[in-house]
Amino acid sequence: MNQTNAPDVAPDDAPHGPTGIRKTTCYMCACRCGIDVHLKDGKVHYIEGNRDHPINKGVLCAKGSAGIMQHYSPARLRKPLLRTGERGSGEFKEIEWDEALGLATKWLGNVRRSDPRKLAFFTGRDQSQSMTGWWAQQFGTPNYAAHGGFCSVNMAAAGIYTMGGAFWEFGAPDWDRTQLFMIFGVAEDHDSNPIKIGLGRLKARGVKVIGVNPVRTGYNAIADEWLGITPGTDGLLILALVHELLRTGRIDVDYLIRYTNAPWLVIDNPGGADDGLFARDDEGTPLVASRSTGEITSSATPGVKPALKGSFELSDGRRARPVFEMLAGKYLDPDYAPAAVAERTGIAASTIIRIAAEIAEAAFTREVIVEQPWTDMKGERHERMIGRPVTFHAMRGISAHSNGFQTARALHLLQILVGSIDCPGGFRFKPPYPRPVAGQPRPHGGACADTALAGPHLGYPRGPEDLLLEADGETAQRIDKAFSWDAPLSAHGLMHMVISNAHARDPYGIDVLFLYMANMAWNSSMNSTSVMRMLTDKDQSGEYVIPKIIYSDAYSSEMVAFADLILPDTTYLERHDCISLLDRPISEPGAMCDSIRWPVVEPDRDVLGFQSVLLDLGARLKLPGMTDADGNPVYRDYADYMVNHQRKPGIGPLSGWRGTDGSKTGRGEPNPDQLQRYIDHGGFSEAHVPAEALYFKHANRAWSDWAIAQGLQDGPVENIFQLYLEPLRKFQLAAEGKIKPQPPEHHRDRIAACFDPLPVWYPPFLEHGLDDDAFPLHAITQRPAAMYHSWGSQNAWLRQIHGENALYVPGKVCDRAGLKDGDWALLTSPSGEIRVPVRRMDAVNGSTVWTWNAIGKRAGAWALDKDAPEATRGFLLNHLIDELLPAKGDGRRWANSDPITGQAAWFDLRVSIRKDPDQSGGVSLPHAKAQASPVGAAPATVRHGREPAL
Amino acid sequence: MTSLPATTERRLGLVIDLDTCVGCHACAVNCKEWNSGAQDSPLSDVDAYGADPSGAWLNRIHTFEVTPEGAPAQIVHFPKSCLHCDDAPCVTVCPTGASHKRSEDGIVLVTEDMCIGCGLCAWACPYGAREMDPVENVMKKCTLCVDRIYSETLAEEDRIPACVRTCPSSARHFGDFNDPTSNVSVLVAARGGIDLMPEMGTKPVNKYLPPRPKTNAATRTDPARPAAACQPDTPRPEGFLGWLDAALDRLG
Amino acid sequence: MHPAISVIFFTVASGAGFGLIFLLGLGFPVGGGAGRAFAVSLAGGGLAVAGLIASTFHLGHPERAWRALSQWRSSWLSREGIAAIATLGLFGIYALVWMWSGSRLQILGLLVSLGAAATVFTTAMIYAQLRTVPQWKTRLTPAVYLSFALASGWLLASALGNHAAPGPWGIALVILAWAMKWAWWVRAGRTRLADSGSSPETATGLGFIGKVRLLERPHSGENYLTREMVHVIGRKHARKLRGLALALGAVLPVAILIITALTNAPAPVNLLAALSMLAGLLAERWLFFAEAEHAVSLYYGNR
Repeated sequence: MNQTNAPDVAPDDAPHGPTGIRKTTCYMCACRCGIDVHLKDGKVHYIEGNRDHPINKGVLCAKGSAGIMQHYSPARLRKPLLRTGERGSGEFKEIEWDEALGLATKWLGNVRRSDPRKLAFFTGRDQSQSMTGWWAQQFGTPNYAAHGGFCSVNMAAAGIYTMGGAFWEFGAPDWDRTQLFMIFGVAEDHDSNPIKIGLGRLKARGVKVIGVNPVRTGYNAIADEWLGITPGTDGLLILALVHELLRTGRIDVDYLIRYTNAPWLVIDNPGGADDGLFARDDEGTPLVASRSTGEITSSATPGVKPALKGSFELSDGRRARPVFEMLAGKYLDPDYAPAAVAERTGIAASTIIRIAAEIAEAAFTREVIVEQPWTDMKGERHERMIGRPVTFHAMRGISAHSNGFQTARALHLLQILVGSIDCPGGFRFKPPYPRPVAGQPRPHGGACADTALAGPHLGYPRGPEDLLLEADGETAQRIDKAFSWDAPLSAHGLMHMVISNAHARDPYGIDVLFLYMANMAWNSSMNSTSVMRMLTDKDQSGEYVIPKIIYSDAYSSEMVAFADLILPDTTYLERHDCISLLDRPISEPGAMCDSIRWPVVEPDRDVLGFQSVLLDLGARLKLPGMTDADGNPVYRDYADYMVNHQRKPGIGPLSGWRGTDGSKTGRGEPNPDQLQRYIDHGGFSEAHVPAEALYFKHANRAWSDWAIAQGLQDGPVENIFQLYLEPLRKFQLAAEGKIKPQPPEHHRDRIAACFDPLPVWYPPFLEHGLDDDAFPLHAITQRPAAMYHSWGSQNAWLRQIHGENALYVPGKVCDRAGLKDGDWALLTSPSGEIRVPVRRMDAVNGSTVWTWNAIGKRAGAWALDKDAPEATRGFLLNHLIDELLPAKGDGRRWANSDPITGQAAWFDLRVSIRKDPDQSGGVSLPHAKAQASPVGAAPATVRHGREPAL
Repeated sequence: MTSLPATTERRLGLVIDLDTCVGCHACAVNCKEWNSGAQDSPLSDVDAYGADPSGAWLNRIHTFEVTPEGAPAQIVHFPKSCLHCDDAPCVTVCPTGASHKRSEDGIVLVTEDMCIGCGLCAWACPYGAREMDPVENVMKKCTLCVDRIYSETLAEEDRIPACVRTCPSSARHFGDFNDPTSNVSVLVAARGGIDLMPEMGTKPVNKYLPPRPKTNAATRTDPARPAAACQPDTPRPEGFLGWLDAALDRLG
Repeated sequence: MHPAISVIFFTVASGAGFGLIFLLGLGFPVGGGAGRAFAVSLAGGGLAVAGLIASTFHLGHPERAWRALSQWRSSWLSREGIAAIATLGLFGIYALVWMWSGSRLQILGLLVSLGAAATVFTTAMIYAQLRTVPQWKTRLTPAVYLSFALASGWLLASALGNHAAPGPWGIALVILAWAMKWAWWVRAGRTRLADSGSSPETATGLGFIGKVRLLERPHSGENYLTREMVHVIGRKHARKLRGLALALGAVLPVAILIITALTNAPAPVNLLAALSMLAGLLAERWLFFAEAEHAVSLYYGNR
């Protein structure tokens, strides 16, 4: 039990409700900090950070502190709603839960009995994907994913494929030991408090921070050096750094030999079906050549000293070369020289050369030694842990591009070359990571009436053979075309393509679109205006093209207006949740952690937690796992599921206090008292990684043993960092017509060019054939630290901070266009035009305009007045971004996505700007017609902490 | 009494580190949240969901763009709240005695039920540290969380202002400036803490630590090469693969 | 600064009222009997009281206004309250005695005059003390307030008191007052915030790095500080208003005075001069606030 300073909690039957502190988990963004919720007479009075919590250690950001205003938001839905007006109008009638669940069961039951593919179930910012995914699997639709496809998948997939872990919140710099920190475009909604805490520690130690970002705000404002890079060229900068490190010989060769596939032999057989694949022995183990004798041997041979260069003859006469030689040849090419990339990236060659030297200096002259013996997976004992104290971090800034997967791969290559992955002072994996592809599932598709799916939807294809294609080898099985030739490694699905594909009935039409907590009719879609049209389009029969839409949200968002049936969710203080190791846990590098939410106050409205509703629906639909042999529900509600569900024997959603007496961690029987133990411990569980397992987890025997004991993995998993990514080469071979299945003709050139097994940079797709003079500027968004997606606008405090947004325009661009602060400008992209207020800014890349993300709102949404500044002056760049690129010569329109993972290329946007000839006030455009508010009007005044409460 | 004490026993205040503040508004919102609940009356908001929302806040985060001669512009996030001045003009102008500076710790406070809401103290303050509550019609200001720092129910470690406790990047520090060994005094000495608008003669207690000098891309010459003994050799004339041989030889 | 109607009316009306009281205390000749004495005293006291009442509309908690009398040792606003109440009390006695007995007590009158002058001075000092508004922080501010009070009081006194033209003295006082104001305006033009030594650079302490410019306000909308202290007025608008102030406050009254002096026009016409001047002063006072730059504006984009 934590020592807390909580005043005694009065009993719940105190006259005005409980007073005291209850500890739960924040949900104001995806950071998931521990919070102390102070109650006073049953009302939420104050929220502060939980000092004991592994994520935030007591601190709390603006959003977290403003949680009170979210909890009491006037936009909260109050009761299930059934649409009465046209879609989009916002006209509903309130209905009872029985009717709502009955309707949903009828709609879903029809689908499941006939063709489960006709359900598309996608979730947004929820943190229960292991449960929602399991539900969809039991339902039997192949069409399930969360929102990673338009958020993070480039980075997640690149990290998993390369080293078994990724940036985002799945890894972190060794803040206390690193000597140089380089941060690329990082959003303020994942791991944000840990990063801020970490930056504070670096500042206290005087460690240099280099920010790489077109915009110099936030983290970049305090960076000691700022590289105002041109959007979409990060990969080029990184590979120039790689070039420079190779050229000057400042790489960690020992690390490469030990932990990477640098010595593995790649078959050199131009034109052959095996060209570019690893040479393997009969067991499939990759081969290496002995450095001294040239003898070909298994890479697993103990004590082998492999060659990194040369050409070797295999026993069958084929020739092969080590990965490293190919790698060195590729990046030492003058195309990657600093001088060659300077103009394109906007970073001077001398700067790149200097920074490469600084990276090397930190890595090699300030190496960190931790006196901790450890044993690697090959059984070799090391007396100490030697670290390369240079760290990198990145998020959406580099990944939301059509070259994002390869760029993220390039960054991992850079980290690995200097030996700084999971070493003291380097980038560290957070449990359950590392978890390489070998320990990950393959994607599962196929769909039969009344039948569960064979396995989880999402996974990591090893090659074309794992794609989810119809028998023709071309047509996608999934509505979002994930794991098809469009996006073979789309490990998170492609939520952003669901509505447009369903509307186009390509690959097929659907009956029910079921969404949770995703504002797809507004800021979470590209081209929001056309998405709203797709949602309201009717076919010749007068029926909506997307016949039925069920939506669950806690608030009156834009998406609510477009649904037929609304299942109102609770606020985050009224619900159970588990932030599970099966999903996206809250671990820190030194500890395996998970946490819960629990109802610290009861809802005062007729609303239910969505996950409980989903389990109820599952029981009504008689889904396997949710109904017992007698047809009764297995789980009472989500809390019951959190405790009693077992994914595998002994492994459940929560890792703490397992076993019938709560004495087990990780593996153990369900413990009926588990949630109370979590509550008593402040809402989280924390199991510290043993000292011997703290670093080199990818190759550390102690880590492997510990992870297996904790249930993080079933057995030892080999994790050799994949500098050369063979699965990509397989796709190239398929595109070359050498192996099957093979992509359709029109995909082949692109796969050949982009699926380079070594990290590569290519210009963002939107730039192919783009008239640079017509669209000379890049346009990007940033997430404000004080606002999360669209949620913040209903928040009486946060909306004062960001009630409207302006387009920040470089001073020189302003001067050319005759723009001054407050002017209205017309911003034009190849697919649209918007009218926006502008503000001059010089601390920005000279060819980049930007704005805050998701501030613009549709009038009438979020219980705001129709003339709220969010609707009159706020705006979205989404209207300028199409989910398809302009037509190419063959008339085809490619997805505006990364070709490998399908990640939405939000930041590839190119625009031109001009002053609006009409400066006479008015509103930002487009201005959607107001939606009716199903929750009525909001109060005028807020006096927090006083009666009457809101 | 609105005359100022000649000296105060302690001089409690904040150090705000502009080299570390990322402008996240955490301090401002947590301040609002704590003080709305904790003070005599709430920090109210009007037109809260309407066209012109505003409210009383005790701490606001400005964002400035600073452009050096011949170097790229930089951004400084700039939190601003009451500086608890030694020579606080907001105190002496107060006609009722509501506004006062405490002789024991130097905190400048407003006694709400004595405040007539004339606004003159806000006019007298050059820093914009005082805001009239739009519903309560009394002047609001930072109290240094006087109810926290002297609380007997809070844990010892929590007896600091809410903004300091919540600041994720540790850009805010609280302490006694009269004590030369306090954390705030040490920081100010080490980092050259500065006063805002010293020309106003207000003698602020709170100090700001200025941003450290930046490295400006492409304006600096390369640093000296790191010591050769500690790093792999640079490639020899036979090129990178020649260097590789040597590096591998050293590995044995 | 935000030009609050209540404060504008207060300073103009109570200025004229105390100006009139000042003159009456000094024995400004008033023709006619008790009725006239009552009328003129009511005008002076009434204007002063009306101004004071108006000023309470500016308060968040007028019911606590009595507390404002406590801090005379440090606060000009407190001093003003005390001076106003004391002066009005003494003037009440003076007026009662005058109406009752027809005699004007000279010593008491002097005290009343002293009080009236002190009240107007303290009013002016509320503004003139503020370092945060460099345009106000000058001895010219009390000089202007005092001379406007005297001139407008003189016009009222002569119009109401003896139904006579104010004569050359009146004209001289009006011209003197506007000369003061002209000097004030000239100084104000040279004492903008930018000239005062304060700047965004000193406000932020970031001047050592380079030129400082506000990129983003703390909040996207307005707040108390921006509404109250970051009032921005268009140059053209200001010029027009200044013209109006001069026309109504100076040119028209002086013209009327000259015409009435030459034509022996009836008293109500003189009153017209007084009212015109008061109207001009309302415009002048609006500008006094609206054009004043407060140091806080440096944090909100002013330079």
